[in-house]
Amino acid sequence: MRKLEIKKFLANNAVSILFVVIGVLGLRVSGLSLPFFLEDIVNRLARNSFMVLSLIIPVLAGLGLNFAIVLGAMAGQAAIIVVTHWKIPGISGILLSVLLAFPIAVLLGILTGRLLNRARGKEMITTLILGFFANGIYQLVFLLLVGSVIPMKNDVLVLSSGVGLRTSIDLTGGLKNGMDDLIRIPFPISAVIIGILLSGVYLFKYFFQKGTVRIGKLLGMGILGLFLVGWGAFHVYTHSMFNFVRVPVGTFLIVLGLCLFITFFTRTKLGQDMRTVGQDRHIAEVAGIDSDRVRIIAMVMSTVLASIGQIIFLQNLGTFSTYGSHEQAGMFAIAALLIGGASVAKATIGQALLGTLLFHTMFIVSPLAGRTLFGDAQLGEFFRAFVAYGIIGLSLALHSWKKQMLAREEARRSV
Amino acid sequence: MEGNGQIVLEMKNISKEYYGNKVLKGINLSVHKGEIHGIVGENGAGKSTLMNILFGMSVIHSTGGFEGSIEFLGKPVTISSPFDAMALGIGMVHQEFMLIPGYSVTENIKLNRETTKENVISRILGPGLQTLDWKSMGQDAKKALARLEMHIDEWAKVAGLPVGHMQFVEIARELDKEHIKLLVFDEPTAVLTETEADTLLSALRRLSENGISILFITHRLHEIMEVCQRITVLRDGVQVASKLKSETTIEELAQLMVGHSIEYMGKRKVNLTERKTILKIRDLKVLMPGETVQKVDLDIKEGEIFGIGGLAGQGKIGIANGVMGLYDSYGSVEFEGKEISINNPREVLKRGLALLSEDRRGVGLLLDMSVEMNIIAPAVEIQRKFLKKFGFFSLLDRSQIRSFALDMIQKLDIRCLSPDQPVKRLSGGNQQKVCIAKALALEPKLLFVSEPTRGIDIGAKKRVLDTLVELNQKNGMTIVLTSSELAELRSICDRIAIISEGRVMGILDPDAEDAQFGLLMAGEYAVR
Repeated sequence: MRKLEIKKFLANNAVSILFVVIGVLGLRVSGLSLPFFLEDIVNRLARNSFMVLSLIIPVLAGLGLNFAIVLGAMAGQAAIIVVTHWKIPGISGILLSVLLAFPIAVLLGILTGRLLNRARGKEMITTLILGFFANGIYQLVFLLLVGSVIPMKNDVLVLSSGVGLRTSIDLTGGLKNGMDDLIRIPFPISAVIIGILLSGVYLFKYFFQKGTVRIGKLLGMGILGLFLVGWGAFHVYTHSMFNFVRVPVGTFLIVLGLCLFITFFTRTKLGQDMRTVGQDRHIAEVAGIDSDRVRIIAMVMSTVLASIGQIIFLQNLGTFSTYGSHEQAGMFAIAALLIGGASVAKATIGQALLGTLLFHTMFIVSPLAGRTLFGDAQLGEFFRAFVAYGIIGLSLALHSWKKQMLAREEARRSV
Repeated sequence: MEGNGQIVLEMKNISKEYYGNKVLKGINLSVHKGEIHGIVGENGAGKSTLMNILFGMSVIHSTGGFEGSIEFLGKPVTISSPFDAMALGIGMVHQEFMLIPGYSVTENIKLNRETTKENVISRILGPGLQTLDWKSMGQDAKKALARLEMHIDEWAKVAGLPVGHMQFVEIARELDKEHIKLLVFDEPTAVLTETEADTLLSALRRLSENGISILFITHRLHEIMEVCQRITVLRDGVQVASKLKSETTIEELAQLMVGHSIEYMGKRKVNLTERKTILKIRDLKVLMPGETVQKVDLDIKEGEIFGIGGLAGQGKIGIANGVMGLYDSYGSVEFEGKEISINNPREVLKRGLALLSEDRRGVGLLLDMSVEMNIIAPAVEIQRKFLKKFGFFSLLDRSQIRSFALDMIQKLDIRCLSPDQPVKRLSGGNQQKVCIAKALALEPKLLFVSEPTRGIDIGAKKRVLDTLVELNQKNGMTIVLTSSELAELRSICDRIAIISEGRVMGILDPDAEDAQFGLLMAGEYAVR
């Protein structure tokens, strides 16, 4: 029985386990030092988690993987371009760009949702192609209309011809790290804080919400918390290299806020309606749920979150390719979510965060591992692209295969 | 309580047309408080149309509404959507479950009627963001289940429940709705085992004792006799009878339900005992969704027209599809004394069996291809006919194809502009003839014909049937005709097997009594 459970666990989490193995091996081969790796991964987690989390709600509503977060990313980028043009720096600039992106994202979300209601059953391919289509419009606006129809005078942003934006935009001195730099804490200290919070939360749950936490879990979490506190304190005391890893706490708090919101949302009436529609649209409609409306709301939420996600992403990165950054946003976020063990039909917060961690670990180590193993960093680069697209293809195929198997099983059982 | 309580529902003189086709003609139905009223009828008798009218389904209103009037609790009402019906206190327990397997019993019972609590965010952003009140939802679910005297864990996932319990969850959902006055059960026992069905029937009685009226639609006549106080029989959209239970018998109901006036096509009586068996089917089990065959044994004699009848969803369609290998099937089938492997359509076709599929447009025809290509395609593929050989290559022999196609078009009277016309442009009747021509090109020894006259107008119907008889008599082709229309079977078949619940209930002569057919179709083999 126990053996069977382990087997089932392995089969269900094959993808994530594979990436853990690749990540650990790659880390060994690349010869990266742990503090250096940590600095990079912490930064990347802050950068991309929000974007990956924005994919969860459409999965909940049965819309599958929302490739159209590219549209949200575009809205975010457009807002950033405006704010950069106005030269509003730091956190105020970021808040303003979130505000500016909001109406655009809502509009795009409504349009996408309405489109998807006409393309039932083919949501994913529709969002994918919609992303390409929207890219065309995006290019039209920022390559041709800016400077000719839309008046804009800015030597830094606009091409020397006076029409169209330059291919890359530098946010240094503007939005760069505007949110990250609000609060930065050395990694060991944050480890101590997380350790205390972790054991605290579980102690609270154990004593005040009886029955929700078992004693085993309490002990496990308690030991983990104590370990984090001890490890952090040790490194603070010894002034080790880890103290140079400075955690952007502000950004992580925002991510935490989104996690809490998603958890809250799934427990509301609207969240329940969304799950119902996601499980079976026909039954939902018979029960009187306006499934079209619910689906549109899901798309709007996802698009708005993606626009914020892209703003967080770019302020962390500090520079972006005007005509390319949004393109990657969708693919990479989806690949990350899938690597975390999510599927077209099910995605959780844990899977999103784990996936972001694993995906970016691979991002960090693969060029270095490629150089050490084959003497060519480019090989690692290829590997990255190969994995990102490969994992999406694989998981879509696996999903439809599973669905067929289930249908066959169902037919067999009904006899 | 027989008919003396308050009248809850009264449907007066209900008629309905679909595109000039009258499907309901002047139906009168009244249900008293706490009465269990049975509705029986064959497929297509108008039961579901009547219920669609009661629930204000959009199919009714998008096709021009209906005639007649509905009164509920003595007041005339207009029901223009299922929500109107729900608001009046009319509930429906669906034949296919409207349950979400991944949800708990409670979540399913309270589907879209969840109890919610306010929270900080919902005060700002609106009631959609109120949190669900799991505790009170659980209590409501428990209460509704208790009314049925069912003790299911209200937090169990529906996916793991036995089918019978799922049905009760569905009923509990209707009971949980406030002021439910009338419950419609559409074939509720079709998926249940006998004991589960018994529990359901006693639950129905309990509900009626609590003053809830029930409309009970089924084709299982003994269940109707067991619980109903009054029974309405529909046939071809006409209300054939409305009777008190005490005034009727199962035999009479069966007779009323089937009661077609049959015109025999003057078929000769053949002595079948002397003929040898051409197709021997043993323990056939076919996994065709919605038409599952459980266990069928049949002996088809050479040169006969064998009919397979029964109600929809009982598995009659599955037999031909299973033998031809279109769905996963198990069991043994012998053709001309030799075993055939039934999950291999190619081999079955090679052995000289062919199928005129009930799914004409899906399985039967290549809609975008020409008439002639449709006619010859399987013959080319299976028997390598109509080919010219050039060493390693084979090319289609155009002139041979054309002359064969023209011959077929003339023989079967296929109305088309030319053999090049795409079949999707032809009428249903002519498409069916193309299918027949296709089967003839294979020169089969045994032809399965499923629902050949579905969706075809009356004139064409007769011609298709005449063609089948002619094939049988002139070419000596054995034909197995599967049809939902008993009249059609009785007009041309030598013997008719009636299928119910995936098994052969009995084999009858075409001139057997109506009641006999009715009883077998209703699965009442025990009553004979």
